Amino acid sequence: MSDVMTASQARFDVAAGPDLRRWVLQGRDAGLAAGAAAFGLSGVPDMLRTAQVAGGTAARLGPHELVFFAEPDRADAIYSALQAGLKDIPSSLVEISDRQVAIDISGPDVELVLSSLSPMDFNIRAFPVGMATRTLLAKADGMVWRTGPQSFRLEVWRSFVPYMTEYLQKVACDVRF
Amino acid sequence: MTKQYRIPGRGRVNTARRVTFTFDGREFQGYEGDTLASALLANGQHLMGRSFKYHRPRGVVSAGSDEPNALVAVGSGPALQTPNLRATQVEIHDGLVAISQNRFPCLKFDLGAVNTLAAPLLPAGFYYKTFMWPRSFWDKVYEPIIRASAGLGVAPTAPDPDQYAFRYEHCDVLVVGAGPAGLAAALAAGRAGARVIVADETAEAGGWLLSDTTSRIDGKTGAAWAREVVDELNAMPNVRLLTRCTAFNYGPHNMVALNERLTDHLAHPAVGQPKERLWQVRAKEVVLAAGALERPLVFDGNDRPGVMLATAARTYLNRYGVACGRRAIVVTADDAAYRVALDLKDAGVTVAAIADLRPAPDGALVAAAIRAGITVLPNTTIQRAHGLNRVCSVELAQLLPDGSVGKGHQWRADLVLMSGGFTPSVHMFSQSRGKLVFDEELGVYVPGQSAERERSAGACRGVYRLDRVLEDGARAGAEAAAATGFDGSAPQWQTGDLDEPGRGGFAGALPRRGKGLRAMAFVDYQNDVTAKDVKLAVREGFRSIEHIKRYTTTGMATDQGKSSNVNALGIASEALGRPVEKVGLTTFRPPFTPVTFGAFAGHAREFLFDPVRRTAADGWARDRGAVFEDVGLWQRARYFPINGEDMEAAVRRECLATRSAVGIFDASTLGKIEVVGPDAATFMNRMYVNGWTKLAVGRCRYGLLCRENGFVYDDGVVGRVAADRFHVTTTTGGAAGVLNMMEDYLQTEWPDLDVWLTSTSEEWSVIAVQGPLARKVLAPLVDGLDISAEALPHMSMAEGSICGVPMRLFRVSFTGELGFEVNVPSRHGRRIWDAIWAAGEPHGMTPYGTETMHVLRAEKGYIVVGQETDGTATPDDVGCGWAVSKVKKDFVGKRSLALPALKAPDRLQLVGLLTLDPSEVLEEGTQLVARPDEAVPMHKLGHVTSSYFSATLGHSIALAMVAGGRARMGETLYVPVEGRSIPVKVTNPVFYDVEGARLNV
Amino acid sequence: MLLIRCPYCGDRAEIEYANAGEAHIVRPADPMAVSDEEWAQYLYMRDNPKGLIAERWRHSHGCGRFFNAIRDTRTDRFVMTYEMGQPRPTIDSEAAAEAAR
Ligand SMILES: [Zn+2]
Repeated sequence: MSDVMTASQARFDVAAGPDLRRWVLQGRDAGLAAGAAAFGLSGVPDMLRTAQVAGGTAARLGPHELVFFAEPDRADAIYSALQAGLKDIPSSLVEISDRQVAIDISGPDVELVLSSLSPMDFNIRAFPVGMATRTLLAKADGMVWRTGPQSFRLEVWRSFVPYMTEYLQKVACDVRF
Repeated sequence: MTKQYRIPGRGRVNTARRVTFTFDGREFQGYEGDTLASALLANGQHLMGRSFKYHRPRGVVSAGSDEPNALVAVGSGPALQTPNLRATQVEIHDGLVAISQNRFPCLKFDLGAVNTLAAPLLPAGFYYKTFMWPRSFWDKVYEPIIRASAGLGVAPTAPDPDQYAFRYEHCDVLVVGAGPAGLAAALAAGRAGARVIVADETAEAGGWLLSDTTSRIDGKTGAAWAREVVDELNAMPNVRLLTRCTAFNYGPHNMVALNERLTDHLAHPAVGQPKERLWQVRAKEVVLAAGALERPLVFDGNDRPGVMLATAARTYLNRYGVACGRRAIVVTADDAAYRVALDLKDAGVTVAAIADLRPAPDGALVAAAIRAGITVLPNTTIQRAHGLNRVCSVELAQLLPDGSVGKGHQWRADLVLMSGGFTPSVHMFSQSRGKLVFDEELGVYVPGQSAERERSAGACRGVYRLDRVLEDGARAGAEAAAATGFDGSAPQWQTGDLDEPGRGGFAGALPRRGKGLRAMAFVDYQNDVTAKDVKLAVREGFRSIEHIKRYTTTGMATDQGKSSNVNALGIASEALGRPVEKVGLTTFRPPFTPVTFGAFAGHAREFLFDPVRRTAADGWARDRGAVFEDVGLWQRARYFPINGEDMEAAVRRECLATRSAVGIFDASTLGKIEVVGPDAATFMNRMYVNGWTKLAVGRCRYGLLCRENGFVYDDGVVGRVAADRFHVTTTTGGAAGVLNMMEDYLQTEWPDLDVWLTSTSEEWSVIAVQGPLARKVLAPLVDGLDISAEALPHMSMAEGSICGVPMRLFRVSFTGELGFEVNVPSRHGRRIWDAIWAAGEPHGMTPYGTETMHVLRAEKGYIVVGQETDGTATPDDVGCGWAVSKVKKDFVGKRSLALPALKAPDRLQLVGLLTLDPSEVLEEGTQLVARPDEAVPMHKLGHVTSSYFSATLGHSIALAMVAGGRARMGETLYVPVEGRSIPVKVTNPVFYDVEGARLNV
Repeated sequence: MLLIRCPYCGDRAEIEYANAGEAHIVRPADPMAVSDEEWAQYLYMRDNPKGLIAERWRHSHGCGRFFNAIRDTRTDRFVMTYEMGQPRPTIDSEAAAEAAR
């Protein structure tokens, strides 16, 4: 029983995510299939799974919903392809590039930090690499995407970024003890 | 201070490290590893508190979380003090400051103790009986007295500077308690590979094993065995062992809340270290291994300091190396106390006698005690304990064959150890909604059918002998792991030198000689409930144990019946003439032990309490000294004072500037929904009261949304971007609700429609440019887009760009002036705001806030949903009947609008009000009546919904909802306020530019 | 905190959801054709059973979908969840007894 306790080294990093363009595609099976194909995927990702193409990622966040993320230099081409591929299929494609902002978090403590914000199980067996879902992060709606064993990308609506960033930093201090 | 009660060679405290602390301002010393209680006992101090009602001196009774008496406040200063901690759980460290509670002015001499003399006047139900009458006494006499004397401890008065952490966790098996059963369970589940969490409320895992020096497991002492198991558990990556961590709430679906205390035991916590951490653990399976609590005996004076539970004395001796007295009398109904007597004797304490309530105690321990030369008195009860601040003697008496009590004999003692047997700790099981069943043989309630995926193991289900406890725990752990898909075998151990505790026991008040009219035999120490109180409650007609609990307050407060429950049942059972199992059981409520408010608040304080949402132009407004207001989670600029203006002056200036030149307003917080799909117009037709089929692409319409009950729910301008695409705006506060309502209808009622909804609230920053010069400001910026009156008339929209940034431009107005709302992707919001400001400043552009926005719209009679409407207003009520389509077959709310009540002519209708005195601004929310001289209660005709001073018009204006208001134009009504009535004239709610000429320019 | 199974996302904590009231209340196809009494019935009258209830939930902080659930109001135990549009399933007595436990 030691009388003095010291914090371990920071084992968590939070950084601004990349600048991306984003579109939400909603539709029936045919719409999602056409969107996935236009995006360059061989099929629609399973629920709560992501799939990647050069310069882009698709996340299946709902049964009738795909969110596309594109790096800026590929964005115009991807958008044109999506528009063309969806032309005659009832569906909704809406740009949400500026609605939300990406925050990248990583490090050995990343699961602990997320566990302070959301009641989901972030153990890698329950939340494997490539999984993405919306959940509540403290009092903010957010998307959580596991990009690696010790890295996640979060996306929250733009006005929630200061709250979320400060929350993550606060929690990162706590989990050292 | 000498350590006269410390026994060398005993205990697990670190005698190499002295610790200095203060209790009630006096300095004491203990050792590292001591609790406040053990350190005080080592100094011979039993007196640790005063009781709640009678202020009787109280000593420590137990050695654990069941302690009802020794409640202390720890910490100093108005912010740092934590009240109601149990001295038995407070670990001492250098500099610890602890004070006793419920004392006035000091612990040894307490004025409130006169309540004891008045005890006959303070019976059960005292409060209910006394404070009923007279009514007028309540506010001035009774309530202040009750408030002054109610509650335990004193709450801190300043904000808590400590940090508190919070974490959700998931596991396969949660084990509550790390005594022998819990350790065995955790080991079994951990070895099988399951994710395991073990939580124990004490500082060191091992539970009773740390107090038991005689039993052997695989040839080792219990403490040594526990150490090995702990080491093995700590080495497993799939196991997390949490000490100083209390499972205090068993929620539905196996979510168990734990409270971990991280720094309370530290003299110097690290910088930034949280004080406590609250865990919410979702477990697939739970093993409850909460142990059992020894029961006190109920006799006259059983609360005298120095009277304590027998096994507690064994814990103080073997875990802390402290003898609780020099000359002990043991009174018991169970064999366990004999082992305590033997240990004490071995440590040099005189055991004057063991009084056993049982007629012929015959266990191995009884024989051992007799062999050791201890006087054993079978069939003997205790009549009373004498002494004030410390027990000095007791009266023992024989139980006679006819059930009466024989003549008493005085025995000198400074320590009275009582054992009424054991009560399984079923608190968590009860919280989980599990069904408790009465065990005839043990005479206590034990867990029956589980409601959750949970099992109890060991003493908390009445299994007491160590070999059986280990076996029970190991089996429970293995079974729990197997239930989550991890198969393993239950570990086994060889045990030796075992005792047989828990074979006896007593429930209720001890038999006594005579009526005992002045006897104070406590059932519930913490609530000062005596055996007489419980009997009285029954005499006065209370039959249900739940009612007896409330009437007497037994089993309430922080104790939650830990020590009192079974004895209270026993007394009630006797008084009611019903067996215990027919009396029933009260509910054990969470928390198991008190939890600080800080732990519940966790991170959610100050900036992290709620998200604070700011718009792109927020920084600009702050730089200009804007005053902000909260609108939902948003912060919105309310007004922009210059040169020390107050709100009234700023708003006058902002209003006049916008009407005469141009104003700029941040409308970004409006909700936005993109409605897209071939059936978009059909969907809009079904949702909104308006018709949408004929709205051309590039045109806008004011949309009004009702709920199915016909009452206005939300409003906003809707633009048709394409045949299959609408840009819908909502109120700031209504954004989430409107989207939810739309999704509800779409997914539930009309899943066949090919239309989809996307929130775009934060995609767009919205900059409103309003006023006669608005076009002049914007025209040079919009990259060649024709925004002339002909190309872009009022209520139209266009897509284009502004300063090279994509834009949706709406020609709309909430001010009654020529107006535009510039929508740009929000990352560009600030840049475009700056560009518009730079272009507008030469034209006299003025920034305005929400307050001016409200005045300008009120001058035009435009409603604000939630201000003019209150959830009971139809579109027609608020003057928007014109918006309701007459040709549509159906829309949400249409059927309800056809109900007779919603068409009645005397409904509250929107009108304008003008005061006779132009400077008189009515209070919003005030009532309207027909005659000023009406008798009270006056007949209410309506109420003021909005009221401002209009600088443009030079007099005050108000909007009001008035019964049959539209038929009252020109009438004079009255607004009764303190001491007078203000006459007002009913007018058209449109006060300014009635024909709308200023819009169409 | 309840654990609720979204038909699309799996088990999630209660705070991700919003309860949306009794299920299988069908909006009249032509509301103007029903009587005031029938309309009031549709608008306001709901069951409040002690036992199994069919109710709607929305996974509002997750996939956003509405779905139906069968829950025992006495124990908060869910028997099952199922997609919108499916008829109310018949619950066998064994499952009902388990939920009531
Ligand atoms: Zn879902």
